[in-house]
Amino acid sequence: MLDIKNLHASIEEKDILKGINLQVKPGEVHAIMGPNGSGKSTLSSVIAGREDYEVTDGSIDFLGENVLDLSPEERAQLGIFLSFQYPIEIPGVSVSNFLKTSINEIRKAKGEEPMGAADLLKKMREKLKVLEMDKAFLSRSLNEGFSGGEKKRNEIFQMAMLEPKLAILDETDSGLDIDALRIVAQGVNKFRNKDNAVVVITHYQRLLDYIVPDVVHVLMDGKIVKTGDKNLALELEDKGYDWIKKEVASL
Amino acid sequence: MSNSDQILDDVTKKEYEYGFYTEVESDRAPKGLNEDIIRLISTKKNEPEWMLEWRLDAYRKWLEMTEPTWLKPKYEKPNFQDITYYAAPKKKKGPDSLDEVDPELLKTFEKLGISLDEQKRLTGVAMDVVVDSVSVATTFKKTLRELGIIFCSMSEAIQEHPELVKKYLGTVVPKSDNFYAALNSAVFTDGSFCYIPKGVKCPMELSTYFRINEAGTGQFERTLVVADAGSYVSYLEGCTAPQRDENQLHAAVVELVALDDAEIKYSTVQNWYPGDANGKGGVYNFVTKRGICEKNAKISWTQVETGSAVTWKYPSCILKGDNSIGEFYSVAVTNNHQQADTGTKMIHLGKNTKSTIISKGICAGSSDGSYRGLVKIGPRAHNARNFSQCDSLLMGDGCGSHTFPYIETQNKTAKIEHEATTSKIGEDQIFYCNQRGIGTEEAVALIVNGYAKEVLNKLPMEFAVEAQKLLAISLEGSVG
Repeated sequence: MLDIKNLHASIEEKDILKGINLQVKPGEVHAIMGPNGSGKSTLSSVIAGREDYEVTDGSIDFLGENVLDLSPEERAQLGIFLSFQYPIEIPGVSVSNFLKTSINEIRKAKGEEPMGAADLLKKMREKLKVLEMDKAFLSRSLNEGFSGGEKKRNEIFQMAMLEPKLAILDETDSGLDIDALRIVAQGVNKFRNKDNAVVVITHYQRLLDYIVPDVVHVLMDGKIVKTGDKNLALELEDKGYDWIKKEVASL
Repeated sequence: MSNSDQILDDVTKKEYEYGFYTEVESDRAPKGLNEDIIRLISTKKNEPEWMLEWRLDAYRKWLEMTEPTWLKPKYEKPNFQDITYYAAPKKKKGPDSLDEVDPELLKTFEKLGISLDEQKRLTGVAMDVVVDSVSVATTFKKTLRELGIIFCSMSEAIQEHPELVKKYLGTVVPKSDNFYAALNSAVFTDGSFCYIPKGVKCPMELSTYFRINEAGTGQFERTLVVADAGSYVSYLEGCTAPQRDENQLHAAVVELVALDDAEIKYSTVQNWYPGDANGKGGVYNFVTKRGICEKNAKISWTQVETGSAVTWKYPSCILKGDNSIGEFYSVAVTNNHQQADTGTKMIHLGKNTKSTIISKGICAGSSDGSYRGLVKIGPRAHNARNFSQCDSLLMGDGCGSHTFPYIETQNKTAKIEHEATTSKIGEDQIFYCNQRGIGTEEAVALIVNGYAKEVLNKLPMEFAVEAQKLLAISLEGSVG
């Protein structure tokens, strides 16, 4: 599904990603862990197509297409979803209006008819329930005055509504208390199926108790330095990153 | 070239969508302005003697006045001797139905997406259509007549209801009010007149579409709306103009009279030709709009301004009666080289008078937008209250936005609040939308409509949709 080869990216002449290789197959959950400044968020931004970053080498294929040639909206229309670490406020635009626009723009790109208001509302109600959110939420201005937890839930709510092929969750767990974490994880697990994939970017292991990864990668200084199964995350939680740094240095 | 630059480039090169020209034979006066031209207009319109005298008096006053120079916008002063003051589509006699209307004109309306049949059938909106200063079609008159409501062209009102016209014309905006109001008073060729009798709630939105159609024709509309005691009316004014290279002058006057307990809601969507990407051409829109409120009356101005090269306009309320209310809701968009100097005046004279001002400016390209507002509290206006909110949204680095709020109060019991904000559409907001599959154009439309929501919500439903589209079209590609 997602095939990243030797990806190099920089911002303002500074190299951040220095040769990433990553393959994600349908049905899989990958976790990407690593210390601050290792390039985790850069990786998600580059996949989503943020213009601030310059890709200097390598390739990103998604469903057989070279996405580096595509605009951010085209990537989204193909089925790449990014749950933002810091969701953006758009005053005066309600959550429901934003979602309606989003869903219908994606449908339009696929040559489909817009979704009817009744169907849309029904689906919204269903998904809100999973995330234990009140329907009054739909008429609030997008992310304006939302608490940290509400913003993250709103991201997962949008993911549930858009049903992307690939969901990248960029530190969705940060700023969540334990109950919110459980609810968000519940939303993600409900979303998972054999045809889609999830990439979880996180500092901490605790989210991975709820969203169990098939593969865990450790990102350091712009490179994936270690890959393992879910036990690797536990080991990191236990021992920190220093032992990996030493391991890498000794190579 | 980055993606957004590309879009910017595409759109700024895009021609004005409504830039077509309808070929209709017209009956026009020679260029220039003098007393003979005014006599000609008056004769052409078959006006009574008092009307001609009124015009001539205005003309003489105008001759002694000078063009205002305090405006922020800079523009080339119009040559008043190079303007044609009268042009009317040739016709046998006044058409009784749409069938008699020149098919070319009907086609024009179709291009604008406002087929009269469609309007009549779907929305129940009665329209008094003005093309080049003479009304050519009037609908739904009968329904209105049954309620005693008069909704007709100004020329017709002068013929049929001279007592009302005589009583109210020039009472809110006097002939000598300002340079352009005086000019309008001297040479106006048509416009709309509306009278709602005592206690009548007008059951439909009254709507007028104005268009400037003839090359080099100045348009001087005169609108008078009188809501008698306890009545209610919602009036819509929408405008688009075809593309022209030479600047076109538009100097309208709108007067609203809300008698005791009456309410007038006046909504405008203005989309005249703004000039091309280099600032060439476009309409000069110098308008005087003012309303007067008697006891417990209410006047609400709502405007969405996206067009014209230069806009100079302050829809105002004189809150004369006790407990009267004035409201002003405005969205003004400027792009490319457009300049807008707009706002309102709220003149509180009566006790317990209230006013609300919500102004949302949106500037893009190399444009310049100013809010200029006056809140004046007279010595007898005890417990007057005003709330003003003036927000500006900037797109790109080439535009400018200014706020000039003036407050004059002569009564210590007044409460006046003023809030102002300036913000920019962020790349983060655009990217967030992009990531949800929403393209940049659509994202800008979404963000801008969200920003202007408080004002758009005040528009009647069918107008709000049109206004939303217009905002999006006006700002296409302006994020760089």
